[in-house]
Amino acid sequence: MLATFLFFFLATVAIAAALGMLIARNPVSSALWLILNMFCIAGLYLTLNAQFIAVIQVLVYAGAIMVLFLFVLMLLNLAELPDVQQADWKKGAGFVLVVGILAQLAYIVAMSTGTLPDMGSLEQTVTTGSPQAIARVLFTHFAVPMQIIGALLLVATIGAVMIAKRRFI
Amino acid sequence: MEVALNWYLGLSAILFTIGVLGVLIKRNAILILMSVELMLNAVNLSLVALSQAMGDVTGQILVFFVMAVAAAEAAIGLALVIAIFRNKLTVDVAEINLFRY
Repeated sequence: MLATFLFFFLATVAIAAALGMLIARNPVSSALWLILNMFCIAGLYLTLNAQFIAVIQVLVYAGAIMVLFLFVLMLLNLAELPDVQQADWKKGAGFVLVVGILAQLAYIVAMSTGTLPDMGSLEQTVTTGSPQAIARVLFTHFAVPMQIIGALLLVATIGAVMIAKRRFI
Repeated sequence: MEVALNWYLGLSAILFTIGVLGVLIKRNAILILMSVELMLNAVNLSLVALSQAMGDVTGQILVFFVMAVAAAEAAIGLALVIAIFRNKLTVDVAEINLFRY
């Protein structure tokens, strides 16, 4: 019962925060709405017994990435942009496309109702998402991808500094 | 009432769709990057839900990698936005048409 209530509460707040990000006029409040959304998703990870991923979500997404976004937003000090002023048919086409995508996804989820596995009782799988369980697989079976991800982050850091420093054109 | 896997997948679909809508209708390049982050989050949610349902930790490893790539993508994207802003003094994607024609 508590799990159901938690899921609906967090899902409602997550969707409301995502819509708030879309609707907000000021880019900084958009970023703050997105941070709320990411906290809700971290809560949903906790209801799925993925403790490690939940903590990483708060640390990396809500902490590092969104602080980077807020930093750039405040550094550039942008004037407010009108949302979509271009030809109205572009906006309409966007909405039609989005409704199509949502219909497809909902169709797939609805069609697979009977075939999906059950959630499994949370008490049995309480160690599935623990740091120990993840590290055991990450550092043995996925050791090489782990090294590649480390190299990717190093390259991305160097590239970001180079791009932001040098004057193009 | 038990929380079903379907509900998580449906929530993930809704969040992903909101992200797509943001990419399509926003004009601020930074907000488009934020919408991409929202889409990545939605996919991560469905991966974790499926990983829990299968009782397999591999899905959470994939989420870990997606987060690392998302961090790299955000850093590079924001560096590009700063570089473009320095030249054109705008982040409006309707004004950034260097490669047009």
